Amino acid sequence: MQNYNFPDIDGHFGPYGGTFVAETLIEALDELKEMYAKYRDDKDFLAEFNHDLKHFVGRPSPIYFAERLTNKIGGAKIYFKREDLNHTGAHKVNNTVGQALLAKKMGKPRVIAETGAGQHGVATATIAARLGLECVVYMGAEDVKRQSPNVYRMKLLGATVIPVESGSKTLKDALNEALRDWVTNVSNTFYIIGTVAGPHPYPMMVRDFNSVVGKEAITQMDELVGSQPDAVVACVGGGSNAMGIFYPYISFKDTRLIGVEAAGDGIETGRHAAPLTANSPIGVLHGNRTYMMQNEEGQIIETHSVSAGLDYPGVGPEHSWLKDIGRAEYVAIKDDEALAAFHNLCRTEGIIPALETSHAIAYAEKLAKEMGPDKTILVNLSGRGDKDINTVAGIAGIKI
Amino acid sequence: MSRIEQVFKDLKKQNKKALIPFITAGDPSVDLTLKILHQMVKSGADMIEIGIPFSDPMADGPVIQRASERALANNVGIKKTFEIVKDFRSTNKTTPIILMGYANPIEAIGLDQFLTLCKDSDIDGVITVDYPPEESENYVKKLKEINVDAIFLLAPTTEKQRIEKIIKQASGFLYYVSLKGVTGAQNIDIDQVKGRVHEIKELTNLPVAVGFGVRDPETAKKVAEFSDAVVIGSRIIQEVESSSEDNLIPNIASIVESIKEAI
Repeated sequence: MQNYNFPDIDGHFGPYGGTFVAETLIEALDELKEMYAKYRDDKDFLAEFNHDLKHFVGRPSPIYFAERLTNKIGGAKIYFKREDLNHTGAHKVNNTVGQALLAKKMGKPRVIAETGAGQHGVATATIAARLGLECVVYMGAEDVKRQSPNVYRMKLLGATVIPVESGSKTLKDALNEALRDWVTNVSNTFYIIGTVAGPHPYPMMVRDFNSVVGKEAITQMDELVGSQPDAVVACVGGGSNAMGIFYPYISFKDTRLIGVEAAGDGIETGRHAAPLTANSPIGVLHGNRTYMMQNEEGQIIETHSVSAGLDYPGVGPEHSWLKDIGRAEYVAIKDDEALAAFHNLCRTEGIIPALETSHAIAYAEKLAKEMGPDKTILVNLSGRGDKDINTVAGIAGIKI
Repeated sequence: MSRIEQVFKDLKKQNKKALIPFITAGDPSVDLTLKILHQMVKSGADMIEIGIPFSDPMADGPVIQRASERALANNVGIKKTFEIVKDFRSTNKTTPIILMGYANPIEAIGLDQFLTLCKDSDIDGVITVDYPPEESENYVKKLKEINVDAIFLLAPTTEKQRIEKIIKQASGFLYYVSLKGVTGAQNIDIDQVKGRVHEIKELTNLPVAVGFGVRDPETAKKVAEFSDAVVIGSRIIQEVESSSEDNLIPNIASIVESIKEAI
């Protein structure tokens, strides 16, 4: 994998990715491609980006050896990349800082975003406030209910949150609605997509901005452990935290890359959000071609996961490609397994993880048992779980 | 000569413009879709655009999205859409039918089956909203092989160079999106649309249809003065949504007639 060089000039990762949008969006995407190409390697832009990552976000995020968890599981050593310690509580902010800076360079006074769990919405509202940009966040009405603390957080930060009542009222519908806003207000608006999906150049750009996670991890593992992990584990909804940590590791052939999808009630029940694990058909949605949960006539089907951030029928096109070429493996964890890992981590390590992240932890626990004590696993601890306490309490029948 | 070409040629002789009403297949029901299609022809539709229901119609506004949701609730998807057209064709062999849809249902049933169904139902043209020319070379080639026109959208933001590129792939007619937004949005700027349509016409002999913001006879009349065809979509779907079953056909007849008269 020394020569891994994707996407191609038109945004394709093998057969995946691309630019599948209405003509009304082409001009905006062309402008974005041009500007991102200009700033991607621009020294001043990168200096500004890195400055904000350090002083506003609090990077680098530490690597932490989860010693009590490791001892309790009894197997490979488990390390965490602590993205939960970032400002706003998740990896999502890395990308929003980058895109908002680009919006500012492009002279767009208004930013919009879609959000599932609310982490990307909060991260966008946060950076918009910092840069003095107007901010509108689209969120499925169902998710507005599930994630009320984040909704209020966005409002405190001055953003307008618009509940989306169409379709399944979740992340995919929020994305549809944000695309519609963008088409309508294209001249003054920058669309900050929160995951490695969407039309080119978004999958590449979001990956690039998040790849700070993997780059730091490579240096830190070297310093702290003296070697690179045998496996890197990250949860995958759209797949931005996973792409962020996987990408710099692609050329490290001895490191397994494992993406953990949401199996919901179980793959066999059909109530899940795991297109890669379930080998869903290839489809076209939200501007790119990728594995997609759909019926035999191409209608997108409703997904299910206890975690709003993983509740998405597709997956970033680069993950589809990494699966096909065998560079990354994809597995799935059920709701109840993720919840068990959530509670376990709270009490074992004093860390309340996001429900999304809990899927990665649950799989790392299984993997650690199989791997033996001389091996190491690095889990991307992508976000903290403060936002999920209502959901978790609700499942336990507790009202808080 | 294709049916679409014939229609434009005949109208030109009479110094008239084409009216293209839109309806989503299966909304409000399969039977009523068929009745609406025939009524539209009676009321003066020169061609008809039929939406293939899709769960995630990103380029459409809320009105047409709800039409898709109603159709899907009636179990109408891409295959049933073709069946409806086939039924329509059993008694109407002259009115051009243009399908409007998104890439995913087409890819889900597979291009070969899609082409076969287009032939079986005698489709005249296809608008595939999220297939820009860059991603659809093979698709357009295959459509041309079976004499189905690939109709492309042009946006207010589409630059001249790109218009030229699209024209090379397009056939039948070009569909100019009259505003920055989704289907059914309000208030188009007639002068701006006029300027753009003129620019397009300088580059091609293909007819230019205007749609996305035309809601009443007055606007249609103004648009028809400088374009070759007017598309009416959300306004008709609103009628489908709000009319009782008894009034539905007469209400649609009256909208189509009033616009036909104006252009």
